[in-house]
Amino acid sequence: MTGAVVLTARGLGKQYHRRWALTDFTLDIPAGQVVGLVGPNGAGKTTLLHLATGLLQPTTGTIEVLGGRPGASRAQLARVGFVAQDTPTYSGLTVADHLRLGAHLNPGWDAGMARDRIERLDLDPGQRAGKLSGGQRAQLALTLAVAKKPELLILDEPVASLDPLARREFLRGLMEAVAEQGISVVMSSHLVADLERVCDYLIVLVGSRVQVAGEVEQLLATHHLLTGPRRDTAGLPAGQEVISASHTDRQTTLTVRSGTAILDPVWTVSPVGLEDLVLAYMSRIPDTRRKPALEVQR
Amino acid sequence: MIWLTWRQLRVQTLVAAGALAVLAVMFAATGPQLAHLYDTTVATCGAHHDCQTAVSAFMSQDSFLQKLTNFVMQVIPALIGAFWGAPLIAHELEAGTHRLAWTQSVTRSQWLAVKLGLAALASMAAAGLLSLMVTWWSSPLDRVGPGLLDPGVFGERDIAPIGYAAFAFALGVTAGLLIRRTVPAMAVTIAGYAGVQVAFSLGLRAHLIAPIRAVSSLSLGRATSMAITTPGDHLSLGVTPSLPGAWIYSSQVTTASGSTNLGTAPQSCLPGSSTIHACNAAIGRMHLRQVVIYQPASRYWAFQWYETAIYIALALALAGLCFLWARHRLS
Repeated sequence: MTGAVVLTARGLGKQYHRRWALTDFTLDIPAGQVVGLVGPNGAGKTTLLHLATGLLQPTTGTIEVLGGRPGASRAQLARVGFVAQDTPTYSGLTVADHLRLGAHLNPGWDAGMARDRIERLDLDPGQRAGKLSGGQRAQLALTLAVAKKPELLILDEPVASLDPLARREFLRGLMEAVAEQGISVVMSSHLVADLERVCDYLIVLVGSRVQVAGEVEQLLATHHLLTGPRRDTAGLPAGQEVISASHTDRQTTLTVRSGTAILDPVWTVSPVGLEDLVLAYMSRIPDTRRKPALEVQR
Repeated sequence: MIWLTWRQLRVQTLVAAGALAVLAVMFAATGPQLAHLYDTTVATCGAHHDCQTAVSAFMSQDSFLQKLTNFVMQVIPALIGAFWGAPLIAHELEAGTHRLAWTQSVTRSQWLAVKLGLAALASMAAAGLLSLMVTWWSSPLDRVGPGLLDPGVFGERDIAPIGYAAFAFALGVTAGLLIRRTVPAMAVTIAGYAGVQVAFSLGLRAHLIAPIRAVSSLSLGRATSMAITTPGDHLSLGVTPSLPGAWIYSSQVTTASGSTNLGTAPQSCLPGSSTIHACNAAIGRMHLRQVVIYQPASRYWAFQWYETAIYIALALALAGLCFLWARHRLS
């Protein structure tokens, strides 16, 4: 980690009517990374991202984005690009109208880049946004968000409703923009596969708590899949934390977090895929005072 | 932001401008003729001693256009509220595009101020232009009609329609913002506007200025109806006061002491006896009084300003609510 952060949340909470969508949430997101925010539906991902763009105001706690209060001023708004869930666009306006809209509403608008992107994507400028396919609409929304030249780009499940091909195209477009401009990105998804391809930092959010956060490479290096004869997990050495455990009659499979190599010859040690790792964290009981995993899993 | 607002309201604005142009052509084609007809028939009818025929013939001129303007003036504010006001924000909330708009480099208040301000001005301008045309076109008719303070005419002339349009528009925007769905917001807008209009014309307007209570001795020349009810030969008289253009709340005939019970009719007025003159003379000897409660025609502009100001104040209050709501309660 470089030390610089794009987002700082301290004791953040958001209440809708009686329901709390986010409670006592504390997090630092490092700068200069493509950060994936993954978690099940209802984990508070959208709420967090809306708080970060200033669309929502926190009920408790504070959130700072790029050192400022989200949505507080035009200058702050100009520094953050946002692609909302379902990538909304004005269905009655043409592609060209959207670019004009972006130019009128953003002081840092890069008209050349916007036009290039639209050309590269083969979008007809005269086409109404309502007539575009889901993938094209998402690309248009992304174009609007990147051409305003933000320092941080926030995307809320941008590919959730796209078919696999459009998904890949969108993510490629996103990576091109990131590479060209060197911006920080925070992107949420409930599908790890989408994030795996593009993210270098991962945050797993379950029940409004961060289960794990870290650079993807480091996460993969410190997590291991252990397979061996059935046994209780209580006897593992200190420094090895069991994230998830499953047992058959004769075999035990563990996902373990450990900074050091696992030497116990009982276990067959294999690397964990990112998807399995995330699933292991997602299936963890969100209570911090967890009982030993073996008992829970039975 | 101005460009975006114009781009979003372009179609509605052009439709409204087109409709106004069509009406303008209709008024321009018939208006001068109507004025000419007034000058040649009604204005000179005194010389022919046949004003009643002349006036009723004149009043039935262009009756289709009269009915049309009547109808248009009544529905225009509601339409403005439903088609300009209600979708203004509800449509964005429905489509989720407010999240696109609010994450551009404009604050929410700026966004709302420009949208609300421009569309409100357009609404008021449209209603004002329409009212101007209608007021001009109907001016000859209004000279022979029941007067401008008449509840059927008052709200369709001069500046009151501008206030109605501003209020209906603000009501539409507020409904859209709170309900977050266009069609229900349109329905609520129309119902709410109609309710306020009815409340105003049936009750509130009459209380804006204290009416004049005029008491005069009864002059039978103007008595239009006399009834003698049996049993008891009870006398009742109905008199139309001669107050051109006034808005008459009530007109009663009372005794010298102020009682509305006139007692029994004089003998000479009972059926089958005596002459009309004898009856009139007998009633004259009763020293009856005529009590009229009314607003004189000269207060027309005071009422126009009051009503317009109240509607605009309501519109501003709704707009304030919209700003608070958009800033704190929307996401």
